[in-house]
Amino acid sequence: MGDVDAARPEPPAGRPLGRRAFLGLVGLGLSSLVWGEPLVRLLDRAGGALPDSLSAVIPSPAGGWRIYAVNPPFPTFDPATWRLRIDGLVREPVELTAAELRGLPRADQVSDFHCVTGWSVYDVRWGGVRFDTLLEAAGGVRPGARAIDVVSAEEPYVDTLTLEQLRVPDAMLAYDMDGAPLTREHGAPVRVVMPRMYGYKGVKWVARLHVTDRVEPGYWEQRGYDVDAWVGRSNGF
Amino acid sequence: MPGSVAPTASRARRIARFDATERTLHWVHALAFLVMLGSGLVLYVPALTRLLPDRPLAKAIHLATAVAWLAALVLIALAGNRRTLARDRREIERFDADDLRWLRGRPAPQGRFNAGQKAHAIVQAALAVLFTVSGVLLWLGERDTDLRFAGTIVLHDGAMFVAVALVIGHLYLALVHRSTRRALRGIVLGDVDAAWAARHHPKWAAAETPGDDRV
Repeated sequence: MGDVDAARPEPPAGRPLGRRAFLGLVGLGLSSLVWGEPLVRLLDRAGGALPDSLSAVIPSPAGGWRIYAVNPPFPTFDPATWRLRIDGLVREPVELTAAELRGLPRADQVSDFHCVTGWSVYDVRWGGVRFDTLLEAAGGVRPGARAIDVVSAEEPYVDTLTLEQLRVPDAMLAYDMDGAPLTREHGAPVRVVMPRMYGYKGVKWVARLHVTDRVEPGYWEQRGYDVDAWVGRSNGF
Repeated sequence: MPGSVAPTASRARRIARFDATERTLHWVHALAFLVMLGSGLVLYVPALTRLLPDRPLAKAIHLATAVAWLAALVLIALAGNRRTLARDRREIERFDADDLRWLRGRPAPQGRFNAGQKAHAIVQAALAVLFTVSGVLLWLGERDTDLRFAGTIVLHDGAMFVAVALVIGHLYLALVHRSTRRALRGIVLGDVDAAWAARHHPKWAAAETPGDDRV
């Protein structure tokens, strides 16, 4: 096309530095698909050495939680009426109150949380109950028991973990997070913590543990995600 | 030429800076950015998630706005004044000796865009590409594990932090800073005060033929 029409000023002289800068920035940004996540992890680890009050005000793409839910609003927790039901292939199905749950032998751990979408939260302090303890509270499992359907109060969220998977040393049903009772958006009063698997296995607002003899695909697994969601070894990672 | 403003008396002579295509491009960008920032922050910040727990709704707004934004850009490129857009691009991507002096903080006469505005436009254009690529990858990654990368969300978030910092600076200069806020009229109504233009963008103001301003 014609360079300029008569009424317009001449195109500015000079070198196309802007075009180069644009292409360079796009290239730099796209290359961060490779180095961005390791860098953030490194910075986050380094940030862990800072005092909590300081690190709290630093925006950290990897250090912060994102709240995922599938059917708003979040379930509410009423200690007076809430019960955790443990049933299915157990000898003595029970309903535990929150207080009874907290009366069971307590486990504490520090573990990382990885979301399948790429964000992670490092060094989360959890307090809760191991699954073996919970199954004992229901009299132990009956023959044929293989897995637990973890049913959320947030319908229709459900996810299944095998008993073998739930016996890894850092799997728990957590009621405390970072030294305080689990907040509503994190699944109050209890959620599954399964650090070796992606976060969608960590059902929040758990209402029922239904012991079964088979693994059914859970909410996200019906939508294409892997049933065995090992961090770094599933879902394309 | 924008025809939305009746010519005012000669006491304030004005010259046209941005035509309808340029202004539409700017405001489509601005509006889409704010809606996607708001809905994105709801998805991102737990405190906001608590206020607005409807994640599927926030996500739907975010995605619909992204699609509408891209469609609007295509529409502007097709139906807008392409000569104007080509001129903008020419002006923005070239830096002359005065621009480089200006960027080093020395006084130097500037064209229709000063060197800072050019640099800002370039970074924003790169961010638009990066937001789009990482956003599309996030969307595809939910459907195809081969397109799931750990760095995608880091790029999307990182672009957001850079963009927010730039937009805050942009809003300060456009709305608050005394010597630059007079430019606001240009992006809202299309024209700017000629005397102001002669002070801040002399190379451009001089090139606009005197007496041939938009009145």
